Amino acid sequence: MNAILAAVLQILGLVGALAFSVPLLGRYLAHIYTSPKHLRAEAVAYRALKVDAEADQHWRSYAMSALGFSLAGILFLFAFGRLQNLLPLDGGFDPLPSDGAWNTAVSFVTNTNWQWYSGEAATGHLIQMAGLAVQNFVSAAVGLSVAAAFARGLARTRNQGRIGNFWVDLVRTTVRVLLPVAFVVAIVLVAAGAVQNLHSVHEMTTLTGGGQALTGGPVASQEAIKELGTNGGGFYNANSAHPFENPSPFTNLLEIWAILVLPFSMAWAFGLIVKDKRQGGAVVATMGTLLIVGITLLTWAEMAGPGTAPQVAGAAMEGKETRFGEAATALFAAATTGTSTGAVNGMHESLTAPGGGVAMFGMMLGEIAPGGVGSGLYGMLMLAVVTVFLCGLMVGRTPEYLGKKISRDEMVLVAVYILTTPILVLVGAAIALTAPAGLAGLSTDGPHGLSEALYAVTSAANNNGSAFAGITSGTPFWNTLLGMLMLLGRFVPMIFVLALAGRFATANRLPANSGTLPTHRPLFIGLLTGVALVVVGLTFVPALMLGPIVESLS
Amino acid sequence: MSDLFVLLRHSLAGLRVLIAATLLCGLVYPLVVTGVAQAAFGWRADGSLITESGAHTNDPAEAVGSALIGQGNDDEGLFYPRPSAAGDGWDTLSTYGSNLGPEDPDLVKAITERQREIAAREGVTVDQVPADAVTASASGIDPDISPAYAALQVSRVARANGLSDQAVTALVAEHTDGRTFGFLGEARVNVLELNIAVRAQRG
Repeated sequence: MNAILAAVLQILGLVGALAFSVPLLGRYLAHIYTSPKHLRAEAVAYRALKVDAEADQHWRSYAMSALGFSLAGILFLFAFGRLQNLLPLDGGFDPLPSDGAWNTAVSFVTNTNWQWYSGEAATGHLIQMAGLAVQNFVSAAVGLSVAAAFARGLARTRNQGRIGNFWVDLVRTTVRVLLPVAFVVAIVLVAAGAVQNLHSVHEMTTLTGGGQALTGGPVASQEAIKELGTNGGGFYNANSAHPFENPSPFTNLLEIWAILVLPFSMAWAFGLIVKDKRQGGAVVATMGTLLIVGITLLTWAEMAGPGTAPQVAGAAMEGKETRFGEAATALFAAATTGTSTGAVNGMHESLTAPGGGVAMFGMMLGEIAPGGVGSGLYGMLMLAVVTVFLCGLMVGRTPEYLGKKISRDEMVLVAVYILTTPILVLVGAAIALTAPAGLAGLSTDGPHGLSEALYAVTSAANNNGSAFAGITSGTPFWNTLLGMLMLLGRFVPMIFVLALAGRFATANRLPANSGTLPTHRPLFIGLLTGVALVVVGLTFVPALMLGPIVESLS
Repeated sequence: MSDLFVLLRHSLAGLRVLIAATLLCGLVYPLVVTGVAQAAFGWRADGSLITESGAHTNDPAEAVGSALIGQGNDDEGLFYPRPSAAGDGWDTLSTYGSNLGPEDPDLVKAITERQREIAAREGVTVDQVPADAVTASASGIDPDISPAYAALQVSRVARANGLSDQAVTALVAEHTDGRTFGFLGEARVNVLELNIAVRAQRG
């Protein structure tokens, strides 16, 4: 079969699998985020843990719970990293240094999974399972919970800022969604070759008498939630390029599906929660449009293979695995940067210049195509508010979204939400590029060096976690800077989202009239896509010009 | 100040929930997956190890490697894998790609040198050397090479082992996987399994 046809069929196969699963999972998500009934085991757990599961929390209280839970997570993981050598199953590894433990704790709690260390050489099985992988579950659950709370805020009227119960959302997401789906994915991964054991490192003698270490571990269980929760932190340094994490083209497609299914399903669930399926459909369509454009450009770039090294070699195979080739690597790269995953099945630093630029642009979009679990939906809904606001200005009417009036106060929240990440990225990049300790971490200079730094701060502030991995980021400077960016990039926007959800929950619903802009038609989908591109474009084009664009043109 | 107190109170509740989540997601979940995986797919769960005769084993002491993990060799009677950037080459404790960008002069130089070396070794011209032969993989332990790179090595391997080209070509064909379902990923040849077959044929 011709390579282009195979690439197209591979994309269509993915689209088909998503089209089948997203409405099903979306309906299920909408149910668990609106049902008043607890499972018996959940009710017992709430009582035992002394958690108030009945309160309908005000947005401030909801935010406090989300922040408090995350703070506990950071402290717990920091201590875990510092003390790993004193715990069982430590693999004989040293404790993480304090700047490294801080970076890793923030990284996993914020759903970023930036890794300054090499998994097989720094972290034992226990911290991987009971520290890092636990945050893979719960950080994803926090994101989904906040998105559900935002959807409920829009669905309610005159509810005094009350948007639901954080603990209930958190527990239900973890127990009823993430655990069962991850379990199935993990078993399928093992059946297809991923490893799952608790062995320590064994030395083997190779066919020609050399030595090779066999590095086992609870890999498949972690791989499954790493993709489903759009986390991305690899068990191994090579991440999903490692054959034990991603052994075949089939597991590759399964992992890409796992990356995308929950963000899209949450958007579908949104429509059901606000009791207007078409609204969810419009969000899914916008996300899908942006993602398909990203996939197409990245696939084209990698298969065409522009640039000196790919031209000399004959194809852009540097940093790619034979079993995946250009097309399946490009598909994974578009999915991982369109969400906030950051897992990689090929080395992004070795992508072609336009391919790397598309990957970076996907993250800069704020990861809304379809974005991280939960965060993708609320990011997109923030842009939807901007869109109705702009359209309202154009025709001179008071803008509204789903019957909620968008006034000055709402727009202030949306504006600061949208400005937070770009400020973090650009200020972060400026600090990194002026500090000697920042420059010291770059593997090269010129436009590619700038891309490397820009990619790192973009990845951190957007909670992605992938890297142009030539960068040496395991230094106190980079660990501290990126840790700050990850922390602020996650929780500052989240607070604005919850504040807006509270305002919506308090507000009346205006009846639709002839002047209302319908937010489910293709016109709106087009406008929303345009707004997303313009907002990001205006913010980041200057920086992109100096990095990937100059590199593409040179 | 009261906000800080409230946050602290929520953090304590958070810590209790986190501990429960750690037990459930951090211990029960991976251990149950491990149990099921070991019971149902023990060989794969242990790393798809194979012995010198190509048989499956779960014992690393008996194995010559994993069918999924590439390994280096410098035996001209065997098929060579792709270049590796993992540590000093094929280091499973340091899996990675080169992370060199498309315009990196060192990468261009390395590719050109590899092309010259391989062309001389296989007795072909530089433009016949396929891309995967001269580029480092992402993991540094890529178990596969392209069918084109395998075909390029057939004559040398046949000569070194006193086998016919046809016999070795047949072995390559036997160990070539097409795209999964015809359209997923790329066609590939598993180097370790192929080399085991070559050694068996040589006797």
